[in-house]
Amino acid sequence: MLNHFAVLQVVVPLLAAPACLILERARAAWLFACLACLLSLGISIVLFMQVQASGPISYALGGWDAPWGIEYRIDALSSFVLLLINLVAVAVVIAANSSLAAELPEPRHSPFYVLLLLCLAGLLGIVATGDVFNVFVFLEISSLATYALVALGRDRRALFAAYQYLIVGTIGATFFLIGIGFLYSLTGTLNMADLAQRLPGLEEKRLVAAAFGFIVIGIAMKLALFPLHGWLPDAYTHAPSMATAFLAASATKVALYLFIRMYFDVLGHEAVNALFPVGTLFLVLGSAAVLLASLAAIRQDNVKRIFALSSVGQIGYLVIGVGLSSALGLQAALLHLFNHALIKAALFIAVAAVICRVGGSRLEDFRGLGRAMPWTMGALVIGALSLIGVPLTAGFVSKWFLVLAAMEAGMWPLVALVLIGSFIALFYVWRIVEVAYFQQREAVAVGEAPLMLLIPLWVMALANLYFGIDTSLTVGGSEQAANFLMGGRP
Amino acid sequence: MADYYNYLVVVLLMVIGLYIVMAQANLVKKLIGLNIFQTSVFIFYISTAKVNGGTAPIVVEGAELYSNPLPQVLILTAIVVGIATMSLALALVLRIKRAYGSVEENVILEQDKPC
Repeated sequence: MLNHFAVLQVVVPLLAAPACLILERARAAWLFACLACLLSLGISIVLFMQVQASGPISYALGGWDAPWGIEYRIDALSSFVLLLINLVAVAVVIAANSSLAAELPEPRHSPFYVLLLLCLAGLLGIVATGDVFNVFVFLEISSLATYALVALGRDRRALFAAYQYLIVGTIGATFFLIGIGFLYSLTGTLNMADLAQRLPGLEEKRLVAAAFGFIVIGIAMKLALFPLHGWLPDAYTHAPSMATAFLAASATKVALYLFIRMYFDVLGHEAVNALFPVGTLFLVLGSAAVLLASLAAIRQDNVKRIFALSSVGQIGYLVIGVGLSSALGLQAALLHLFNHALIKAALFIAVAAVICRVGGSRLEDFRGLGRAMPWTMGALVIGALSLIGVPLTAGFVSKWFLVLAAMEAGMWPLVALVLIGSFIALFYVWRIVEVAYFQQREAVAVGEAPLMLLIPLWVMALANLYFGIDTSLTVGGSEQAANFLMGGRP
Repeated sequence: MADYYNYLVVVLLMVIGLYIVMAQANLVKKLIGLNIFQTSVFIFYISTAKVNGGTAPIVVEGAELYSNPLPQVLILTAIVVGIATMSLALALVLRIKRAYGSVEENVILEQDKPC
């Protein structure tokens, strides 16, 4: 039983999804989805401990050994990411019932859970598998579920946002497929570890450069890396709030995981940079994302959109960490991957709580909420402080490491950029705080959000504080994963 | 050049497909472009599977050289994924048509401007 956990991690949510469809009643579907997500979280905790104790786990699917069959491979990095996605999924699914009740008609609730579980299965699959074609399949499973999740939004603009996302996402996934095809025709293998062994020596071939070009652009579209981020603000603004919370905290993170895996592990960053200065390109694009997306966020009037654009900016920080191509930079990227997921989960669940009570997420809807919904706004402020990177919050830790990595590389402009980015974040967050705490609300009384929303919200908010103070798990885990990747395979 | 005939077709189709996706304002025509683009990749994979002088990968008397069956199996999966994507996209277009009364991108964007 214990040695099947690697595959059960994906199979459990994948099978739970259609089971949810059978349970037509919203409440039954919700309880079942909660159960499935908790089970999945349990599996990921066991996997994490196993990897910590005895190193990477390799699972031969159907008993076919690695280069021929599909291999599932859980190492320090993937177990870390699996744990993160499952944590977010549990928080979101517990909060979903109350939030959906306010946002969607009842018959659409159980499809929501089906799609959420499918999306979860796809994301976990991308992280767990060690086979590049399998990655493509899971990428499409999670993407298709995501398009439908976005389209569930109550506004008709959600439909058009989902359509645009579908076009971009499909082109991205197909680019990835082309890249894999090139690699396969060169090496005759699809297994990541096998690829990593066979590729050295072939770097001279132009096909490797072309393959990597297609893979980078394909993943960048999924990642919403500036300037390919056009689909993200619309999709996040119009999707149901809980879908936004889940996607913001997990989907882009998995895309980044995939990029790190391909860049450092399969292709090798030194070999790639000899062909084309990807590292530098990433530093430039990441910096542009931090500045431009954050500046765009200041001008928005919809809080959901502010946070969506801030996500594009935060992806910039992640990419800068990767672009530094050093162990410390990679560690900063992994840390921020974890912390940013906690931040965005807390912020978007808080927004969902506001929508649940007030009915909208425009700035004027937040008027006077500091008094009317003290718990919700309190958690939102903690998340926002973490987003800015105030000391004693999780966001500070990852930005601190990013600054250290930039200093180690001697890139002082980047240090300045991180500080400027935080400063801009302070501006757009302040606009929300100002409206919520210093403006009066007219007549209509608004109550505190339901308890089932507040609990996951505060768990996420307190996690932001906890991982800002006790950093042994995140710093240790990310350091281990970064060293593992930089050291290459034994 | 004749040896690379397949790949020329692939590149041509790929570029045509991408161009249609970008240039067309009609949502259904965009999907047609997307489909052409995806199909070009399928043809690419199938082309790489061909081994010169090889027969179909079925064990028969007298055959010694076989084409590579793996890319064909992979593409079978990719085709299924493509169908799923296309049906979801068409369903979205149907709902967009119902909500906006049009499938032209500029008309749709125009309607949402005031909000």
